[in-house]
Amino acid sequence: MGDAMTRSLKPPRLSDTTLRDGSHAMRHQFTREQVRAVVGALDQAGVPVIEVTHGDGLAGSSIQYGFSRTDEMELIEEACQTATQARIAALLLPGIGTRQELKEAIKRGIQVVRIATQCTEADISQQHFGMAKEMGLEAVGFLMMAHMRPPEFLAQQALLMEQYGADCVYVVDSAGALLPHEAAARVSALKRALKIQVGFHAHNNLGLGIGNTLAAVEAGADQIDGSLRGFGAGAGNAATELLAASLDKLGLNPGLDVFGLLNAAEFVVAPFMPFQPIPDRDSIAIGYAGVYSTFLLHAKRLGAKYGVDPLDIMVELGRRKTVAGQEDWILDVTLELAQQKASAAKAQALT
Amino acid sequence: MSSPANNKVKVAILGSGNIGTDLMFKILREPGHMELALLAGIEPQSEGLARARALGINASHDGIQPILDDPAIRIVFDATSAHAHVRHAKLLREAGRIAIDLTPAARGPYVIPPVNLGAHLLEPNVNLITCGGQATIPLVHAVSRVATVDYAEMVSTIASLSAGPGTRQNIDEFTFTTARGLEVIGGAKSGKAIIILNPADPPILMRNTIYVMLAAEEADQAAIAASVEAMVTTVQAYVPGYRLRNRPVFETRETPAGRRLLVVMLLEVAGAGDYLPRYAGNLDIMTASARQVGEVFAQHLLKHPLPLNGGDR
Repeated sequence: MGDAMTRSLKPPRLSDTTLRDGSHAMRHQFTREQVRAVVGALDQAGVPVIEVTHGDGLAGSSIQYGFSRTDEMELIEEACQTATQARIAALLLPGIGTRQELKEAIKRGIQVVRIATQCTEADISQQHFGMAKEMGLEAVGFLMMAHMRPPEFLAQQALLMEQYGADCVYVVDSAGALLPHEAAARVSALKRALKIQVGFHAHNNLGLGIGNTLAAVEAGADQIDGSLRGFGAGAGNAATELLAASLDKLGLNPGLDVFGLLNAAEFVVAPFMPFQPIPDRDSIAIGYAGVYSTFLLHAKRLGAKYGVDPLDIMVELGRRKTVAGQEDWILDVTLELAQQKASAAKAQALT
Repeated sequence: MSSPANNKVKVAILGSGNIGTDLMFKILREPGHMELALLAGIEPQSEGLARARALGINASHDGIQPILDDPAIRIVFDATSAHAHVRHAKLLREAGRIAIDLTPAARGPYVIPPVNLGAHLLEPNVNLITCGGQATIPLVHAVSRVATVDYAEMVSTIASLSAGPGTRQNIDEFTFTTARGLEVIGGAKSGKAIIILNPADPPILMRNTIYVMLAAEEADQAAIAASVEAMVTTVQAYVPGYRLRNRPVFETRETPAGRRLLVVMLLEVAGAGDYLPRYAGNLDIMTASARQVGEVFAQHLLKHPLPLNGGDR
């Protein structure tokens, strides 16, 4: 199989993030048993990298983002003990996690660290790349909310991460706001600028998780992300099993067991999912407004509590150009919208 | 020698960058019991030094030396870098001067003016923690003085343009230092700090969210709200742009420690715009706090003149 367009391409490496991005949809309630089952199934199906961390990265367990039910270090350790061929990765957002937690995660057995910054702030990651390389890890850079800046700008930020020692830099569509040609243009710009590999991480808020990832692969992405059943923040990620099936049909299967992944999605992950992330009203609003996918559940909770439509909350957060990690602004905006609503109702009652 | 004749204490600023220059403007605008004798830098072409000269303030690019050479200067604000302050701290201590450290060097105890400064007026060196610490620790303390606080978490969001290379290359240190301050001075059993840089244009004002988790599910909410309100007024006296966007929000939540009452405070800090732009509330609160610390030390020195060269203090 494989047509002319894909003949020059090589199969991308796939990292599965069910146990990290899925932590958002799970409200950070993963157990050791679930981690063991998911890692076991992914490992057996040939997935080479499996990410396990609190959804907001190392040390993300907090009031701001939600407390972990089980300490992420225990989950990382469980994953490392379970995997036979796969390497375990952790996510780190400088400003939230520090080298202290990175060191601990290395002690528990991670071999890959993915270091994520807002796509304009790559220069806060130098000390973390430094430690990762010093300790012999594979270090991957994540430029989050990549829809907020044009391709050439992203390439400049990616170059900083390359200088700090990154082995690969990802274009991360945290808001699920990119269209396929925009995803491809960003990957191409990084491919032209960097000597190292380039990756792409999708969210499905506009229903383009798979489409954008395939566009990124066509643009030369060396690494891509998926999660089983698309289990992740917002409308979820590109589903790992769907990626495996479509890459296989393109002649670009990097060695994944397609049916094994279908079974893992259906029989291991689906039974414990509290809901199936899909591009519904509120998730589409996230992609459309261009806000961080993890805002979804927080906005739903606060919207219900204060009687404000989550859609209005998302649009206002987009207008304020909020970035990754600013969950506290959801309360701020919700209170403001609730006050506006109350004073409008009062004015109406007076007339 | 302090100048009791005019009831002023001579002070100097070391570091003629953005922070040192903004501090100069603040002291000139509101000198209190201080007399600004010198702005010292190392860069002859520095804009800060040029501004000082234009205002008739002594300016030097010979670093710390002219400060050491003038025994009348009793208080020195250090707005250089952590690395430089390690050396300055030693020299100033030996020369019997009081150092107010705006860098992360932390050679002396952490101080928050309305919380613990009074306990450290005999120290030769005090440190201002971090911008996020100056902003949030007073409010954690306001809660912990009326209720038992198990845990305090702060999230500081600052405009990208207001974060210099020092902050960017040492972001972990911001986290460690601020978290420690929430515990030691804020009064929380454990603390956590998160910092986010926001690149929006026009730049956002500094914003801080403070979550305080109490030791119980119930507490006297009115007493907490009153204590917080009083603290905001106290801080506003020296940081005019300091304000809560809403009254404290109370919320009961399931936590790993069980059901607990949370106090959530949404704080905004606008700068005074003395030299730095208004959005840089994070820098303004450092210079405003430093001025306040200097003023309290100056008043203390005028009441209790200390011998010079008190290197053994």
